[in-house]
Amino acid sequence: MFRNQYDTDVTTWSPAGRLHQVEYAMEAVKQGSAAIGLRSKTHVILASVNKATSELSSYQRKLFKVDDHIGIAMAGLTADGRVLSRYMRSECINHKFIYESPLPVGRLVVQVADKAQVCTQRSWKRPYGVGLLVGGLDETGPHLYQNCPSGNYYEYQAFAIGSRSQAAKTYLERKFETFMTCSRDELIRHALFAVKESLQDEELSITNCSVAVLGIGEPFNILDLKSLQGFIDSLEEKKEAEVETVVADSEQAGADAEAPVAEDQGDGPAPMET
Amino acid sequence: MAMFMQQQTDDSSFKKNMLFRGQQDQSSALPSVGFVPAKSPTTHTQYPYVTGSSVLGIKYKDGVLIAADCGGSYGSTLRYKSVERLKAVGKSTVIGASGEISDFQQIMRYLDELTLKDKMWDDGNTLGPKEVHNYLCRVMYNHRNKFDPLWNTLILGGVKNGVKYLGMVSMIGVHFEENHVASGFGNHLARPIFRDEWKEDLSLEEGILLLEKCFRVLLYRDRSAVNKLQVANITAEGITISKPYALRTEWEYKAFQNPTQGVEGSW
Amino acid sequence: MAYWSPYDNNGGTCVAIAGSEYCVIAADTRLSTGYSILTREHTKMCQLSDKCVLASSGFQADIRALQKNLDARHQIYQHQHNKKMSCPAMAQLLSNTLYYKRFFPYYAFNVLGGLDNEGKGCVFTYDAVGSYERVGYSSQGTGQQLLMPVLDNQLQSASPLLLPSKESATPLSESEAVDLIMDIFASATERDIYTGDAVEIVVVNADGIRREVADLRKD
Repeated sequence: MFRNQYDTDVTTWSPAGRLHQVEYAMEAVKQGSAAIGLRSKTHVILASVNKATSELSSYQRKLFKVDDHIGIAMAGLTADGRVLSRYMRSECINHKFIYESPLPVGRLVVQVADKAQVCTQRSWKRPYGVGLLVGGLDETGPHLYQNCPSGNYYEYQAFAIGSRSQAAKTYLERKFETFMTCSRDELIRHALFAVKESLQDEELSITNCSVAVLGIGEPFNILDLKSLQGFIDSLEEKKEAEVETVVADSEQAGADAEAPVAEDQGDGPAPMET
Repeated sequence: MAMFMQQQTDDSSFKKNMLFRGQQDQSSALPSVGFVPAKSPTTHTQYPYVTGSSVLGIKYKDGVLIAADCGGSYGSTLRYKSVERLKAVGKSTVIGASGEISDFQQIMRYLDELTLKDKMWDDGNTLGPKEVHNYLCRVMYNHRNKFDPLWNTLILGGVKNGVKYLGMVSMIGVHFEENHVASGFGNHLARPIFRDEWKEDLSLEEGILLLEKCFRVLLYRDRSAVNKLQVANITAEGITISKPYALRTEWEYKAFQNPTQGVEGSW
Repeated sequence: MAYWSPYDNNGGTCVAIAGSEYCVIAADTRLSTGYSILTREHTKMCQLSDKCVLASSGFQADIRALQKNLDARHQIYQHQHNKKMSCPAMAQLLSNTLYYKRFFPYYAFNVLGGLDNEGKGCVFTYDAVGSYERVGYSSQGTGQQLLMPVLDNQLQSASPLLLPSKESATPLSESEAVDLIMDIFASATERDIYTGDAVEIVVVNADGIRREVADLRKD
């Protein structure tokens, strides 16, 4: 029987220069339902696909307020995500206590990334199995960041993580150039369109998605069901106006679904680079 | 035992004997709990050694002005004559300190580290005067909580995003913002003048003249003030701290030469 | 050589009056040390939530530290419970916070005012180490001795000693309460050197929070 010799603990390198445990953690992110983020010159929108594990259960919350000026959307192990969100909240509170001003988003993201990195270099630890989209506002305007279990972080105009996120990414890639000048409401509609792409066969509804908004003059808030329903309704009208639908997405979504288990000899970029 | 002690007269064997007695005591009567006398609390940091006198600060039309002299007094001795008591913190803030000079220099080490790390983020976010002021309040208050105060009154001014900021922190953490502030003797001698003459739209020249007027009063009335002062000007364009300069003073008034002449009951 | 003390009394007077559906909280804006005035426009009030305002006199650095502590704790509460703290809950938290530091107390004398869970006005009054009581009205600070008997006389509240106990909120209307506060602050300013410059009055009622400032003697 073939057995990978180099994936039993986080700190062991494979001869090809990979850390398999870290890559597995990156895979955990892809197993979780999708989370989406995008920004304009004034606002950041975070959205999530909510999936209940059974007919009888409720779904896991995936959008969290960190402070008035920072929020996160997560994909992967939400339990790990909550630990990180607690850490982020307390960092924000501490910063406000000392300086009476909000913690810059980018600095918080680096702190979280450093925290994640430590888990990739200690034999007795386990990497966080969660990917975060961090939306926030600071002196330099709105920002959207992605945090990985590997300790990598990236800044984006718009991004999606989690299962079938490729479909949403395709939508965002096609539209992101218009985002910067979007109004708040337009940006929310773009977020919902992107969420729609990541839903498998389901119809977009208030039960399977959540949207959070934050921006200049608007502290982080998760849209209540009524206003979310309003946005979903307005989507239908918009769709009739532009009949453009995505064809390529269904293929990409399929490709994404079969999780590429890392092979040692793989010569592509290591999956930890997303 | 007593016999043994009497026989010993020279020093070294006496010490040996004491040691012996100690050992015996420990092993017999009491269980051997090492008694460590309580360390008396540190109090030498609760008063100053070398001090700087008043610092004055005002807002004016285009920014904030802060002034301080260059004296450092060792009690009533004018021990140092070129002490810089105005320092820039980052790109938009100046602090001026009265009180213990060494504590101020320690505070500057804290602030230099703070601003260096802030700069190293290189992300477009910077600490403005408000943030530095709040940080300083925490530092001063935390030291007082440990009964190890930083023996200063700090005045802090700056401009960020077009907003002028002027505030003060004391050695026990009392802090506030104001249009004009003064520490030490300045609170008694300069603030009344500020309250009469300060206005929102003072020009730079008027602002400096007002500070110099107050300084002249301090010079005449506060024995630890010296005639060698610096003025810091903080505007949206940046910070300039002047070279030390002297004010013209007049000591030849009759009343100065013999201030109590003709006053009944004086000598 | 003057002996260093970790405490100072920065003076000031705080008052709160509860009505059946409002609460008025007021404090002067003078900040003093010894015989000197540090500033004439320093607020002693702190809005802790949408239905809860704290007014404190005593040592300003301790007061600010206390307010920041409560703010931080309130933020954590909001993260955990998805709602703002009620005024009675905040009252208990304030007591615990003060009591926790009883061996090196916050030199802060607090009155907490707001609306309770039924929307009725409530006032909580404290000592520096956390003893507290819900009352119909209260005052704290350097002008307390001057104001309290006037409040006792003018507010027409039921005595807290009555059995069976009666509602201790004042039957005065909101505007009558505000007028009374302006008058008693003007009076306290006449005799208390630590009270003056301006009085800041905050009214909490079902419509929200309203703030007004009235001038006092500056000498």
